[in-house]
Amino acid sequence: MENFTPLSALLGGALIGLSATILLLFNGRMAGISGIMNGLFNAPKDERIWRLTFLCGLIIGAFIFQTISPDFFFPRQGYPLWLIAIGGFLVGVGTRLGNGCTSGHGICGIASLSRRSIFATLTFMGTGMATVYIARHLL
Amino acid sequence: MNKYFIALLSGIIFGLGLSLSQMVNPNKVIDFLDIFGHWDPSLAFVMMGALAVAFISFRIILKRPEPLLEKAFHKSHRTEIDKSLLAGAAIFGIGWGLSGYCPGPAVASLGSGNFEALIMVISIYAGFFSQKWFSSKKF
Repeated sequence: MENFTPLSALLGGALIGLSATILLLFNGRMAGISGIMNGLFNAPKDERIWRLTFLCGLIIGAFIFQTISPDFFFPRQGYPLWLIAIGGFLVGVGTRLGNGCTSGHGICGIASLSRRSIFATLTFMGTGMATVYIARHLL
Repeated sequence: MNKYFIALLSGIIFGLGLSLSQMVNPNKVIDFLDIFGHWDPSLAFVMMGALAVAFISFRIILKRPEPLLEKAFHKSHRTEIDKSLLAGAAIFGIGWGLSGYCPGPAVASLGSGNFEALIMVISIYAGFFSQKWFSSKKF
């Protein structure tokens, strides 16, 4: 538990909640990242620009933070890239099939008390934990 | 203020939140999922922080007839817990556990010149398009 950081986690989480609040209040949209990413190429033409500016903002926000406090970042070294590629592919397929990811189901969906999102969140937390258990402790 | 600026602002705040909470650190994500190892529960606090804000704000916002800049809220009204929801969430969780990235942190990390994030985002899109192609086939 030496890396336990509850305060920055709570505050960072509150910022994510604030971001979702702004997007819903002004634009009427849920801040579900996988859905926004997918719509960047699949939504009707006039619904693509806000998705692009949102995703650019995401990159800019992380970049600003990293510039202000570079000590906060711990880049991972030497993790097998093929594992990232397989993981990314499964994240892509899974979030389309299940209509959402950590932000869409885990935050916006649960905040709206959606049954689907509660079941989805329990499911991906469960398989995520099982995957790490198998990869770290059995293989 | 227009909706594109709001989306940009919302994205920036989301990116700051992901960074401060260290959701952009894949080692920390995997440590969170590793409940049978040296479990780091920090990321549960990210969700609590986000939900504490969104749970209250969504309740107030969704009482409005419409958002401030658009004609209607874009919100899913689906309630069914079906196979594709659960299978999709399960597949997403496996990919999340393998890589340590969910979609938001993958995009946010693009700005730091992180090669893992680039592979992740490309693979997520490969997953999106594969799922779309596969679901359009009749077997």
